[in-house]
Formats: sequence, structure tokens, C-alpha cells
Amino acid sequence: MSAILHAQALGKRYGRRQALAECTLEIPPGHVVGLVGPNGAGKTTLLKIACGMLAPTSGRIEVLGEQPAADPAQLARIGYVAQDTPTYANLSVADHLKLGAKLNPRWDTELAQARIEQLDLDPRQKAGKLSGGQRAQLALTVAVAKRPELLILDEPVASLDPLARRSFLRHLMESVAENGTSVILSSHLVSDLERVCDYLVVLVSSRVQLAGETDDLLAQHYRIVCTRREESDLPSDLEVIWAEHTDRQSTFVVRGDTETPTGDWVADHLELEDLVLTYMERAADSGRRAKTQKTEDAR
Amino acid sequence: MIEFHLDARSGVSPYLQIVGQVRQALLLGLLTEGDKLPTVKEVVAKVAINPNTVSKAYRELEHQGLAAAKPGVGTFITRSLGQASLAEHGPLQRELRTWLAKARAAGLTEPGIEALFTSTFRESAESAEEEK
Repeated sequence: MSAILHAQALGKRYGRRQALAECTLEIPPGHVVGLVGPNGAGKTTLLKIACGMLAPTSGRIEVLGEQPAADPAQLARIGYVAQDTPTYANLSVADHLKLGAKLNPRWDTELAQARIEQLDLDPRQKAGKLSGGQRAQLALTVAVAKRPELLILDEPVASLDPLARRSFLRHLMESVAENGTSVILSSHLVSDLERVCDYLVVLVSSRVQLAGETDDLLAQHYRIVCTRREESDLPSDLEVIWAEHTDRQSTFVVRGDTETPTGDWVADHLELEDLVLTYMERAADSGRRAKTQKTEDAR
Repeated sequence: MIEFHLDARSGVSPYLQIVGQVRQALLLGLLTEGDKLPTVKEVVAKVAINPNTVSKAYRELEHQGLAAAKPGVGTFITRSLGQASLAEHGPLQRELRTWLAKARAAGLTEPGIEALFTSTFRESAESAEEEK
């Protein structure tokens, strides 16, 4: 099967601000993809381009083998839940399902009804009167009942309390297991995604810093702690991602083979959160350096 | 039917945690030959993890010869782990207690004992793995 999302040097510029730059990605199908990055990194921009709500200013993108929103048939294959899981405040739960049935050619009435019952939602209740967690679940129900091949969710759990968050993710995973849907969901917190994602894309300052299957990424990265030395003293097949030194000790985060690098040091795997934070710090660091350089050049 | 729980801070990957919990359930006698494991959908609906993680754990159990998948029906336990229950390990436990007392008498602190035990345990597990 071909990629669910294929981007080639994709970019989006708002006036002078570059929201997304040189984004090249090839995401295989059958994954739950976590798109992680700090606020303002370009996550929403990328997701909006993927579902056809925004047009890129440079580069190419294909989603499920076609241009986003190429035609109604392509739109029907993708489910999208925007940030803060929006619903229509004045419409009832039942109205949302009716609307979904009218607007979507592949609408699954039975599935939608079953989910509403399972969630114990009152069909007559106005969406504006639902709790945040219930609204999120309603938005997910509408997106899932559309029977999409790809479900795109922008920060779906950011505004939910821990209990609602867990419940939302349980329902999402259940529907993935049942329908084999591919999912892309974004978050600024790795901990939200750690258990549900098996593919990770790290986006910082409008650029993709890291992408790959979670298990592979975890297997390839090591933290090396050793006596103080330079990066160049490490084996050349290790890519140094991060280096820190004290007067006598050096700490490196390296990317290499899946085999533990051997030498006169302690090498250990990183947790996913540390791994992602390392890439985020590195990106922020090089961003700061570029800025200082610019101010110096300007002088 | 058994239920899984995951510890996010344990440092053990989720799929290995599931494998470990099945093994543990076999040792404790909670699971025996012929028992059905929960379906992937049931597991993810309960613990909110990626379905592929559960599938991977079940494949690993098959690989270890502990379970077999019947297409369209589910995954079943194929073998009991006929190991003596923990209560029958009394003599071993007594030896370990004696050793711990010796370590304390030698001036080792609690974290020191733990570190020594863990590193020795790991080494011995690794060499046992290599011998296989």
C-alpha cells in the first residue's frame, strides 16, 4: 500500500511569516501518527494543508494518493476534527448525527447511534450544554461515523481533563482496532501520545526535526555518559544530536545503529519524552544561534 | 479473562509489559492452557494503547510458544508454565535473606545492595540469554 501522506518540500507562508518550511514526509499506512511540537511550530498548518483547508505556497503534498480535497470522493475518505473539537452549540446531539448522515456518502448510522448510546449522551441535549469531554466525544463520533480511511485530529485532548482524555483515547483506539483507520493526531505533549502512537513526527519552528516508527526511534537513540571529550572523539557512525559538558564529564545523545555503542562509557536508551525534548531543544538552540548571527550581521 | 495494566514510568516498552503480564498470569495460575486472551479491541478500549502494540505482544507470545491465534476467533493460551509457585521457593528465599544480611553487615547501604543486585541480575540474565 502507498503512503497515506506524502509531502515533498512542502511550505506555507503567511506574508513574511514562514509557518511551514521544507516539509518532506512519507508516512506509511496503518499507523497512529503523533505530530508533536511546541505551540506555533506549524502543526495546525500542516494538518490543514493535509485535509485541503489550506493551500501550500510551495512544494507538493498527496494524501491517500491524491491531492487534498481534489474532489468530493477524496474528501469523503478523510475525517478531520479541528482544534478544540468544535461542534454546533445550538444543534442537539441527534441533529449532529442527522447532519453527518446528510453530508457524508459513507455515513454509518448504526455505528454513530451505538457510540452515542455507549457514551450515554442524551440525543436531545444541545451540544453547547455538553461538557468538554462529551463535546470531544461527539466530534469524534461524527468523524468516525464518516468511515474515513484517514482520521486527522488537531490537538484533540489538549483541553480535556485527565479522565476525559483517557476516555477519548480509549474510544479512538477502539475505532482504530475495529476499522483499521490510519490516524494523525497532534499534541504539544508527548505524554499524551506515548501509548497511542506508533509513528512520530517532531515539528519545531516550522521544520520537521524527526520522523519514524516509535520503536525504531527508541532503538536507535542512546544517551552516552563519559569522561569529558569532544564530539569528534566518538565513533564516526554515531550522529551526535546533543552534547553537554561539565569540567570533567560529557553527555551525548546519539543516533546510531540498533546495537548499543560500546566504548569506555555508559550507554542507555532514552524515554520517548526525553528523546523528543532533545530534538526540540536542539531546534530551539539552533534557532537562537541563527538569530544572534543575524543581529551580529546587521551590526 | 485477564486484564492488562500499563506502567508508563517503568521504562519497559508497553508490548513487553503485556508479554510479561501474560507470563505472570501463567505462573500465578490465572491463565491455563485453552484460555482465551482478550481481543485487541477489548484491550485498547480498556487501556488506551495502540492496537499494533497489542498485536505485537500477542505475536511475541506466539513466538515464545505460549499462545496461538485462531483467525476470526481469538488468541488462545497453548501451554501452561509448569513452574513451582512462589510459595515453594522458600529455601531460595531464605538463602537470599542470608545474603542480604551479609551485604548489610559488610556495610552496604540499601541503594548499594539494590544496585549490586540489579547489575549482577542483568549480567547473569544476559549471559544466560547468550548461552541459549
